[in-house]
Parts: sequence; structure tokens; C-alpha cells
Amino acid sequence: MSRQRPLLSLSGLEPLWVTPESNFVNIGERTNVTGSRKFLRLIQEDRFEEAVEVAREQVEGGAQILDVNMDEGMLDSAASMKRFLNLIAAEPDIARIPVMIDSSKWEVIETGLQCVQGKGVVNSISLKEGESEFMRQAGSIRRYGAAVIVMAFDEQGQADNYDRRITICERAYRLLVEQGGWDPRDIIFDPNIFPVATGMEEHRRNALDFFEATRWIRENLHGAHVSGGVSNVSFSFRGNPVVREAMHSAFLFHGIKAGMDMGIVNPTMLTVYDDIPNDLLERVEDVLLDRRDDATERLIDFAEGLKGQAGTVAKKDDAWRNEPVESRISHALIKGIAEHIETDIEEIFHQIGSPLKVIEGPLMDGMNVVGDLFGAGKMFLPQVVKSARVMKKAVGWLTPHLEAAAEGTRQKAGKVLLATVKGDVHDIGKNIVGVVLGCNDYDVIDLGVMIPKEKILEAALEHDVDIIGLSGLITPSLDEMVDVAREMEARGMDLPLLIGGATTSKVHTAVKIAPQRSGAVVHVNDASRAVPVVGQLLGNNSREGYILGVAEDQEKVRTHYARDRQRKTLLPLLEARRKAGSILEGRIFDSNHCPTPASTGVQVLRDMAISDLRPVVDWAPFFRSWGLHGKYPDLLDDPIIGEEAKKLKVDAEAMLDRMEAEKAVRCHAVFGILPALREEDDVVINDGDARLHFLRQQSPKAHASLADFIAPAGSPHLETDHIGLFCVTAGHGLEEWCVPFREDDDDYSEIMAKALADRLAEAAAEWLHREVRMKYWGYAKGETLDNAALISEKYRGIRPAPGYPACPDHQEKMTLWQLLDVEKHIGVSLTESLAMWPASSVSGYYFAHPDARYFGLGKILPDQLEDYAKRRDQPLDEAARWLSPILLDRPEHPAQ
Amino acid sequence: MRPDIVQHSAQRILVLDGAMGTMIQRHTLDEADFRGDRFAEHPSPLKGNNDLLALTRPDILRAIHDAYFEAGADIVETNTFSSTTIAQADYGLESAVWDLNVTSAEIARAAADFWTAQTPDQPRFVAGSVGPTNRTASISPDVNDPGYRAVTFRELVHAYREQMEALMVGGVDTLLIETVFDTLNAKAALFAAEEAFDSQGRRIPIMVSGTITDASGRTLSGQTAEAFWISMSHAPLFSIGLNCALGAEQLTPYLEALSARAHCGISAHPNAGLPNEMGEYEQGPDAMAMQLQAFLDKGLVNILGGCCGTTPEHIRAIAELVRGKSPRTIPSHPTSAST
Repeated sequence: MSRQRPLLSLSGLEPLWVTPESNFVNIGERTNVTGSRKFLRLIQEDRFEEAVEVAREQVEGGAQILDVNMDEGMLDSAASMKRFLNLIAAEPDIARIPVMIDSSKWEVIETGLQCVQGKGVVNSISLKEGESEFMRQAGSIRRYGAAVIVMAFDEQGQADNYDRRITICERAYRLLVEQGGWDPRDIIFDPNIFPVATGMEEHRRNALDFFEATRWIRENLHGAHVSGGVSNVSFSFRGNPVVREAMHSAFLFHGIKAGMDMGIVNPTMLTVYDDIPNDLLERVEDVLLDRRDDATERLIDFAEGLKGQAGTVAKKDDAWRNEPVESRISHALIKGIAEHIETDIEEIFHQIGSPLKVIEGPLMDGMNVVGDLFGAGKMFLPQVVKSARVMKKAVGWLTPHLEAAAEGTRQKAGKVLLATVKGDVHDIGKNIVGVVLGCNDYDVIDLGVMIPKEKILEAALEHDVDIIGLSGLITPSLDEMVDVAREMEARGMDLPLLIGGATTSKVHTAVKIAPQRSGAVVHVNDASRAVPVVGQLLGNNSREGYILGVAEDQEKVRTHYARDRQRKTLLPLLEARRKAGSILEGRIFDSNHCPTPASTGVQVLRDMAISDLRPVVDWAPFFRSWGLHGKYPDLLDDPIIGEEAKKLKVDAEAMLDRMEAEKAVRCHAVFGILPALREEDDVVINDGDARLHFLRQQSPKAHASLADFIAPAGSPHLETDHIGLFCVTAGHGLEEWCVPFREDDDDYSEIMAKALADRLAEAAAEWLHREVRMKYWGYAKGETLDNAALISEKYRGIRPAPGYPACPDHQEKMTLWQLLDVEKHIGVSLTESLAMWPASSVSGYYFAHPDARYFGLGKILPDQLEDYAKRRDQPLDEAARWLSPILLDRPEHPAQ
Repeated sequence: MRPDIVQHSAQRILVLDGAMGTMIQRHTLDEADFRGDRFAEHPSPLKGNNDLLALTRPDILRAIHDAYFEAGADIVETNTFSSTTIAQADYGLESAVWDLNVTSAEIARAAADFWTAQTPDQPRFVAGSVGPTNRTASISPDVNDPGYRAVTFRELVHAYREQMEALMVGGVDTLLIETVFDTLNAKAALFAAEEAFDSQGRRIPIMVSGTITDASGRTLSGQTAEAFWISMSHAPLFSIGLNCALGAEQLTPYLEALSARAHCGISAHPNAGLPNEMGEYEQGPDAMAMQLQAFLDKGLVNILGGCCGTTPEHIRAIAELVRGKSPRTIPSHPTSAST
């Protein structure tokens, strides 16, 4: 697809392409102190805000380029040019069109060129002061990047006839294109529009010569354009808008036919050519085209009768003014129109009555829409800033009422400290937040960029601010913000902390920053949100609820984040099973790996001797329960805790001696080694007597299930495999034995006794496991392992317990209890929450396969929960309740 | 006589390097690394002033340049994104700016010459990185005065000119005015380039790369991509393009807009996707290359590289992607009036 190359390209915030179809480009002329007395007065009186409104009217009226002229003897023209251009640059609806910098003074032109980011037009340069000055200025304009209007003016003066017009224009064209390297499309000639119907003979051809010169230029000076100041032509009919408008329209009609493709006109002072009454048009054209000797007199006579009639009334799209007041306020905020905001605020204030409610209601609603539009990419930053300024005006109007409401005690809305964190020099976003907050009556203390955390917090205290806002653009700033939050907590500063900047996010704030402190941390994703957030945080009525809402929200974000990270990596159950399957293919299930037990059936051992159990006590957990961490026995010699540990050990051994001598506790065991085969993730006992249900890891790297250590049904080299089940207790009698300690308030001894009973229960499990391996199952008859080797599980086989990492469902204990008849045999019962009683008891499974290993199940996906509930034949929510610690999506009412 | 970058770009898509900051962050540098001996006594903290490493840890910069050249980059950027008196004022290091630019350029030059000698059929080039500074010439930071400006056009020209002259002295092949978020800043840079060319008595090609900051499709100062091109088109550019803020996919429509209009080369060095919520760039080399494939299918680019979050591995993927692919056809520059 080939795109037609534009005849001229200019830009403001948006492009302006002049194409053959463009017909004619309107240049707005009212922001010109030489052409508009009103505009001159506004500038002279330093009423720039109103002067900006004149520019807006021009754009709304259809101007495609905005001509700005400050050439007046009493003005500092360069300063006024700079100020005005900077001001309209902050008005996106004006700045969207290109600017024409209009001055006869080079200094003013250059100042103007330094203020516009788009490609504008310089109006104008000429050969008035010779070729070298002309070329110098033209060269400079090229470096600034602008198109140029060249006046038909040379060393001899202004071109006032056809020949001089075309001679000067041709000379300028050759200089610019051939010597200056100009793109001819960036050259616009102004062959001088002079007044007609002045009564002077030499002015009769003024319009006609212009038309003819225009035609010649367009035909001979390829690419160049023709423009002119149209209102000049009607100069002699000042005070007669009807005639002037008709003259402008007719002049344009003929000028455009000749090739004039742009012109300085007041777009609000034009009538439609076809709407000009025939009698008036005929007389106007007689003058313009010099068709009759008496053309001037006839037009003057005709004009007398039209004096005093109004011309075309400026048409502005004011339909929104008829909307209800809330919509008007919203419209003004979104469009950044400050003009009527005070009237509208006054109206709504009288309706609502409370100045604060006006701010919190319609004004905030409007700003929220602005925030949404910005978030959706439908507004851009300069427009948001503009909206904030309208807000400022509205709040400004309300301020006296706010003060009255607070009986004069009201101060600024609040104090906000802003800083870009250490190591980061980006401050544009922060500055915009500062502007927006400032516009909303907040005191803003801006510390600048690269501010170390100490300085931020000291300044916050010194200025007694209400809120701290941190900004940063680069990634390391995120860590710096975390540090600031941590430091605030360390110093006990609980004022709210705002987080903003391009790399910051709601998630990072919730996951990394907010948990650092107890005070509120709020992520403000863009400048337009700063005001509502600060407003909520500082409002007496809103603060608490808002902070609570943010905290709840952040908790949700954290949960989601953790869940998402896991969900991203977890495998669907079927895939985990498939992957486990390929591992299982390599696992051998034969009579060596799945030994037949020496004795089967349920067996009971009562009153195991404490003296047998003491050698296999694992002491490390005992010390851990007293807060002494380390490897046993090394920790006894630890320089810091060694002393304490030794003392404890001495007390423990002494109490064990007593427990042994006084038979303080009775230790019993029940166990059974039963025929078992795997079916998927279940283990089927005794050909269907019972079924144990196991879970499977869904992590991308591990896919194990305890069931995998049991041979599957139909294994070729095996009739059946076996699984062991057991329960041991060392808790009977303990409560009674502890009564004297309780009576003496001897907590130390009671805790010691219970901790030791726990150790004895574990030791009983260890001892029994060895008995089973060597005797009852008998697959490790020659095992010779010392205590340390036992504790570090250097033997073949494992004994995981229901409720622990590899098999987290406590419900499975019920099957175990039923199969072993535990309560009847050794008097250990299950509580409602499936804890064992007495507490110093241990139960679990025995797996004998050499590959059997302990592992942590990790989190599971909902697909496994569903599958599991189905296998257990229990309602989903009930299964979810028991499995809640390992579910990614926790049910509404988790267990406990 | 050095190989000519413009000539080479007519024959193939040139590969620009990837992120500098991301690579520097891989080294865990402390305050002392940034200070070196020369700035040991400097009164304010200097950690994070990456440009300073040219003077205090040149070994790191050289290693990064080498890594990108090794990965297949044709052009590396000097580590001078913030080496203007305006940006360095935040560190009180205005007086070091000349040395920063000359030295950074020399480090990159030496690397480029080394790799050109290794692969004479693939000559390597150095682009002098000219960042936007941290001030905007078009936007007021003052709440009460929308007409106020924190920096003037003249101040920008002055700062840019010093940087550009120093980069030329240090031996760069081209100037890359990049991450343009305010077009008026970039216009000052173009103005300064002309002054630098005058004072150095020679010209080098200029590349310009703007930044579309968000979903509005505008620069920070509010211009559309087309308006941005028009505002830059007065300069005889070697290339115009876009970098930073967005990933390849998000950049596409704006690159298309530029490509449809610009009568010079088109460059793109997008980020490695959009940063995730932790501020990390996650897009891997293959994923990025897959999105960049669309640029090639549409014939949009002449120069392709990476910005934030891209690494030598990304550049390697890009170099492989563009191998043997034709660059975008550049419409002839409008010199005659007969259009």
C-alpha cells in the first residue's frame, strides 16, 4: 500500500498533513496582538489565563494552525511569546495543533521556536535585509525544525504588484532550495494581501494581483505553498461585519481557486460563500476582481445599508452546558475546561450544601473517570494534568466555604512528602503527582531525587507530614522502597506510605512492601489516583475503613500471587501420574524388593521396657522443644548453648531414671503386616478388606505418591505385596504421674516429663521398626546399625505417619485404627479432630521397598482434590476441609 | 578508513545491542566500585550512577560490550545515557561529563575495533548514547505555574553539545538520541548535534529513538508517533525508531505508523516484554524473537536491538532472526520539488 506523500507535514501533539484533498488550511488569527484588541489587552494586563481561552476558542472554532503574535511596542514581545506558548503547551486540546510563530523580530521568532515540541511555522522572514541575513535566519529555522512563511518583500520594499511578487518569490525559492537545502514543501509564500476598495486607484488590482501571483507560484515554484492574512483585504470596511465576512469568503473562494492553500482567517468570522446574498456577492467580487471602474463606490453604497447588522455569531459546541450540573462538572474535568467550573460548583454547592461533599462526591467522581480513561489509554498525561487544574479551580472556589464550615480552624487539606528513592533520579511522575496534589489543596513537600531513607524519614518528622509518597522508575528502586518501609516500622512511624512509579505495582506493593510494616502502604498506579487515595487516607470518616479495605485487598493479592506462582508450575494430576508412571516402569517389584513377611496378622506388644527404648531416643527434637537448636550431640559443646544443654540433659537423664524406676509410663505397641496391592494412588488391603488413599505430588519435578512403593495389582513376579501398620504409645500413666508436679506448681518437671514421654513414644516407634525389619517382617535380619545410624534412617524402609508431609490426611488414621483395632489393643483413641490420646503416641505405615523414601507432598490442584474425594466417597467440601493446608484454593471455612 | 554504517545498513538489518543497566546489575557493585580512586572523596553517594563506571570500572563495560558483540551485535551503545551536565548534576558530577563521554566512547570503540578485526566481513559500530536527561522542556513541574519550565532549550543544547562533541572525540560512528519522552528535548539534541558537527568540522549519522510511554500511544509529552516523526523530520536522520517502555508486541502499531511515513531507516529496540508485577522482565530470547518476527514479516525495520531486560542471549536470538533477511526499503529522501 503506498501512501500519498503529504504536500506539507506539520505537528502539534498530533500531525497535520496538508494533502491535495485538504483544500485549505485555516490559521487561527485571534491570538495576535496586532489583529485583536481584546487579545492585546489581555496580554498587556497579564491576564494570560483568559488569553489562553482565546486560543481555545480558535481551535474549537476550527483553526488548524494557531497564529501567535506578540509584536507590540509596549510589550516585552519575546517574554510574552515564551509565556504564552508555554501555557498553551499545557493545554492538550490547544497544543494538538501546530503553532505559527508570528513576529517581525528575529529574537521573538527564535524564542518561540525554543518553546514548541511540534513542527510549527515561522511567520515570517524576507529578503528585506538582504540575502545573507535571509539565509542565516532560514538556516537557523531549519535547525529548529519548522516550516517558513516568506513574505514577498526585498531590499526595495514590499511587493505591491504582480511582477514584483513573482520575482521576489522566485528569488527566495531558489536561495532556499538550491543553496539552503530546503524541502520546497516547507516553504510558504505570502505574496501580500492588501486592502481593496480604499478609494485609491493603485489599490484596485490588489486582490487580483494576489490571485494571479498565487497561480504563478503554484505553477512554477514546485512544492511551495501560498498563504496570506485575509482580513487585510476588508480593512476599509471595519465596523461592518456583514460586508467583511462576505469579502473574506469571496476572497478565499478565488484565492483557493488560484492555489492559495492556507490563510490566516478568523474561522469564527467567515460566512459560507454560497450563503452570501447575490447582490452583495456581485458587488464584492466586482471589487476583488477589479471588474468595474465604479466597483468601490457601489460596494460602499451597498455597505451603508448593512452597517450595524451582526455578522455570523461565533458557533461553539456548548451543548454540554445544557446537561445536569453533575454531568457538566464531570465534562469539565474530563475535557479540562476551566471556564464554567466555578459557576457549576456554585450551583451544586447550593444543592448539596456541604463543600466537603461536593469534593468527595461529584468532583471525585469526575476525577475517577479521568483515572479510568488514563488507565485505558484514552487520555494522556498532559490531559490529566489539565484536569487537575480544573479540579484546583473548583476546590479554590470551595475553600472559603470549607473554612467557614470548620469555623476558621481549617488549614490545608493535609501535608504530603514526596521523594524519589536513593539511587534513582527519575522524578517526572513524582512531579506530576505533586502538581495534582497541590491543585487539590494539599501541602506538598518535595525532597527531590536520590533521597536516602534516613533523610526521607527525618524530613517527614521535621515537617510533621501526614503521608509519605515514594517514587522510582528503575528496578532497584523497588528494593529501596522495601527498605524505607522496614525503616519506618523500626522507627515506629505509622503514617501511610504511598508507592508509585513505572516499575511499581499493586502486587509488588502487597507482596514485598506492605508486609514490612504495620502502617498502611498504598500503591497509587497513576497521578490521577493520587487525589482520591490521599483524600480517603486523611478523611476522618473514611480513613479506617479505607485502610482496612486496602489491607484486605493486599492480603488477597498476596494469596493470589502465591497461588498463581504455584499454579503456574503445578502439573495436572493426570500428567503427574503419567510422569510417575514412567519412573515406576523402572521400579522392580519382585520377591527381593517386596519380601514376604515372616509373620503376618495383627500383633500386640505390651509393657515394652523403658531401658530398651532409652538407647534409641533421638535427642535433637527434645532440645529443639526447649529452644536449643543444633545437631546432637555437638550442641552439648556449643560455646553459647552448650552449658545450658548439658544441664538440661543431666535433668532429663535423672528424670528418665525416675520414670524407669517408678514405671511412670507404660509403653505398648500394636502392629500388623498385611497383604496389599496398589491401584492407582490407593493401596488395597487383604484383597479388598480396606483401602488406603494416598495423594500424589504435582510439582513439575517430583510426582511421587506413597502408593508407588507398593507393587501394583498384576505384577508378574509377585502374588502380593505387603504394607505394615503400627501404633505405639508411651503415654499411659503419664497424667497421673505428673499430678504431684502440678500440685507443687513445678511446671519445669511436668513439661520435662511430657517431653520425655514424647521422646519415648518416638523411640518406641524406632525400636519397633527395627524389630519389624529384623524379626517380624524379617527382610533385614543382619542389620547392625548404631543409634546414630538409626536416627538418620540409614536402614531399608520407611514409616510415614498420617497427617505428616508425605500423607497429610489425618482421616486415614481411622482405617488404621479399624484394621489394627488400636483402641482395644493398646487403649489409644482418636479425638474428634483425629489426634491420638494419650498424646505421647505414634502411628504410621511401614513400607519395605528399597526405593521407599520420605518426601513432602507440597500443594495440590483442585483436580486432585476432586479425584481424592471421589476415591474416599465423601463430599468435596468435607475432603477440602481435611486437606485445606495443601490446597491452593482454600475453602471458605478451613478446618480449625 | 572506517566502514560506513549507513552503507552497511542498506545491505542488511543491523543488530543493536541490548540493555546496559540489566547487565551492570548482574555485578553486585558497591559504593566503592562506583567511586574508584578518582571520586573516593566525592561528597555525595555515587552508587547507581552507572555512567560513572567508564572511569571507575571500565573492565565491566568492556566485558558487556564484548558479550554483545560476541552474541552478534553490529552496533553497541556507549554507556553514556545520563552523561550530560544536566543529568549528572544530581550527583554533583558536571565536571566529569567530558571524560565520561570520551572514555565511554573509547571503551566501546576499542571493543568494536577488536571484533571488526575478528570478523572483517561483519564490521562493528559504536553508537553514542544520548539520553533524554531527567528534565522536560515541555512540561511544567510547578503546580502553580503551568508556564514554568525546569530546563530551557538553550540549557539543553549546551549540555547536549558538550556530550556530543566528547562522544565524537571518543570515536563513535553515530549519535543515538534515545528514549525521547519529550520531543522538545530531542529537538534541542538535534540542534546541538548540528553545532557539534560545526565545531568538529565533520558530520556523523544521527539516529533518533522515541518512547511511547503507555497505552495512549503517546510520548510522555503527549505526541502521537506520527507527530513525533514530523517534529524530528527536519534533521537528516540515519534512522528514527522507538525503544523502551513497551515490548515488541505493544510497539508494533506505532512502528508501523513511523515506517509508513519516515524517509530514513527505522530502528526498534523494545524491552524484553512488559515488566511483571515485581518489576522484572521475563520475556526470554525466543519469545522476544517470535514477536520481532512480525517486524520482519511486515518489513518494518532496518535496525533491531533490545532495551530494558534484554541480554546477550536476546541479542543472539535477534541476530539469528535477522540473518539473511532484507532490511526495510527506505523511501528516497525528498530532494526534488517534483513530488
